Amino acid sequence: MFSRREFLMAATATSALIGSGMAGRWSKLMAQQSLSEDALLSMEPAGNVTLIHITDIHAQLKPIYFREPSINLGIGEVEGKPPHVTGADFLKLYNIEPGSPDAYALTSEDFAALAKSYGKMGGLDRVATVIKRIRSERGADNTLLLDGGDTWQGSYTANQTQGQDMITVMNALQPDAMTGHWEFTYGTDRVQEVIDSLPFAFLGSNIYDNEWDEPAFEPWKMFERGGVKIAVIGQAFPYTPIANPRWMIPGWSFGIREEDIAAHVEAAREDGAELVVLLSHNGFDVDRKLASRVDGIDVILTGHTHDALPEPVIVNNTLVIASGSNGKFVSRLDLDVTGGKVAGYSYRLIPVFSDVITPDADMAGLIDEVRAPYAAELSRTIGRTESLLYRRGNFNGTFDDLICQALLEERDAQIALSPGFRWGTSVLPGQDITVEDLHNACAMTYPAAYRSTMSGQMLKDILEDVGDNLFNPDPYYQQGGDMVRVGGMGYTIDPAKQIGERISGMTLIATGEAIDPAKDYVVAGWASVNEDTEGPAIWDVVEAHLTNNPTVKLPDNQSVKVVV
Amino acid sequence: MTLSRREALGLTAGFAAFIAFGPKATIAATPETDAAIKAFTGGAMPAEGKVSLDTPEIAENGNTVPVGVSVDSPMTADSYVESVMILADGNPNPAVATFHFTAISGAAEAKTRIRLAKTQNVIAIAKMSDGSTFMDTKEVKVTIGGCGG
Repeated sequence: MFSRREFLMAATATSALIGSGMAGRWSKLMAQQSLSEDALLSMEPAGNVTLIHITDIHAQLKPIYFREPSINLGIGEVEGKPPHVTGADFLKLYNIEPGSPDAYALTSEDFAALAKSYGKMGGLDRVATVIKRIRSERGADNTLLLDGGDTWQGSYTANQTQGQDMITVMNALQPDAMTGHWEFTYGTDRVQEVIDSLPFAFLGSNIYDNEWDEPAFEPWKMFERGGVKIAVIGQAFPYTPIANPRWMIPGWSFGIREEDIAAHVEAAREDGAELVVLLSHNGFDVDRKLASRVDGIDVILTGHTHDALPEPVIVNNTLVIASGSNGKFVSRLDLDVTGGKVAGYSYRLIPVFSDVITPDADMAGLIDEVRAPYAAELSRTIGRTESLLYRRGNFNGTFDDLICQALLEERDAQIALSPGFRWGTSVLPGQDITVEDLHNACAMTYPAAYRSTMSGQMLKDILEDVGDNLFNPDPYYQQGGDMVRVGGMGYTIDPAKQIGERISGMTLIATGEAIDPAKDYVVAGWASVNEDTEGPAIWDVVEAHLTNNPTVKLPDNQSVKVVV
Repeated sequence: MTLSRREALGLTAGFAAFIAFGPKATIAATPETDAAIKAFTGGAMPAEGKVSLDTPEIAENGNTVPVGVSVDSPMTADSYVESVMILADGNPNPAVATFHFTAISGAAEAKTRIRLAKTQNVIAIAKMSDGSTFMDTKEVKVTIGGCGG
């Protein structure tokens, strides 16, 4: 828990200002004076081994704004449990002062105002500073750096270089292992080529060869750090060929395959592992369930669902660590491993305040170098926003509404569908929208914006299907994305119901008429997983829309009604 | 998110079936499945245990879903697994395959791939040499997909 003690001064000061209604005038300088690199990074060391975890960077080399969700519902057993706690409830649960640096880093509360005070977060040059300091404090021989994947995708430069910018920069950080998800959207050949060249292990216990039904990747690896034998098992995103295009990786099959993990745990223990770590891209709820069913995992470093939790969740003697996304956080987990057991631990979710943590000069140089060929295009202004643009949350974010608006108008459609990805950075009110900002919300290898007709029944089936991927009470049936974003149509959703019964009240917003199951509608969307989808790239559609409508003003979406 | 006509038709048909039988029927939701099980067991209700199905929670490709089955049993002349039937509850003809074993099979294990048009239960029933029967059921979800991330 990094918060209370260390941020007390800043927290108190800011909350007083909020109370007096002056949050927006709280100067950036003052906010940063009460934060220091030392306060952010210092930690009472514990034990003999340190795990450093970073995940879901989504190719964000530079500091970013990223608003955490204001709605993240948990269904069934996980209702009201982290990470299904947001906003003021989150602050209360973790005893965080409103308006404090933690409140800014971890929640959506007062985000735009606090962003102006505390600045951007992340940046892999700052992350490098954090990692170097941990390695020097703890000794590089006692430390493992593990990357949970979704590292190579999510930016203009990553898309232009097929992830090479990220691969170059991450190699300089010297991770010990990684696993993946969006990495696979570069296709079999590219993934194989990169993995063959990586100076560290790419682990995937749950990736099988489709033809022979045999493991296709190195499932786990034994390390020795601080005199402790550590087994790291890799778990890629189980539903990669379903949530992303299967045709790009036709030879690989995924799945949860918990019995394989159990077998690796057993094999690792037989080989003398004293610490067993699952480096996972399962998503939080899947990992929580897995921890309850597979014995003998000491630590799960979870990813995929982009949750940032200031404390581990402990399930069946397993520490489940959620380290956020986009380079906003680095997790440091000190472990006291004695006699083949975890005797104690100390944990800190380190928030990477980019104006407080000094960039590592070598890494800053390398980042500028990989971005240099694209610098002019990245900073090209294509519009301006008066509203906060963000995506994260179970239902439409304002950035999605912008994308849907662009699809409706530029593609002359009645209804727009936009995928509920959890990546995509935020743009503050009053900021210019640059090419970089736009691509942070849609950079991918299958960007075609299709235009087709769908019946009302098919639209309902799609909403029901995606709703079940998100709200199925059994986490093993969840895919870890948010609800598909919809433009031009409103609907009501009751997440606690079963598939086929969650969605009601589908209405065409333009006319107010109810969606007729038997009638066809013109639908525009993007990111289809089907091969040979035709249409312009989504970023061209949105840029054209911004050229025609250069000032964006979008209030929070009101067209989805949630039955709680 | 675009759908082929075939997928769209499959979905619509699936939806109609849901209305008819309920989306989460636990066992033998259709009379056809029920009849196939009874024909295999001689009318008896199989017990839980011994047989275990290995299926994906969500199918990557409904046209070829890997299904594995294994039975925890001795394989001796006195006591062995005689046969294992696999059923797909939502198929018009639910009995998909029956594997036959003898004591010299060594182990009662089999793998195959089956086609599932929509979300449904896959059922495995093992018949032992003494006539007793055991079953396992797993739900396999067939999704439209495309929005994870």
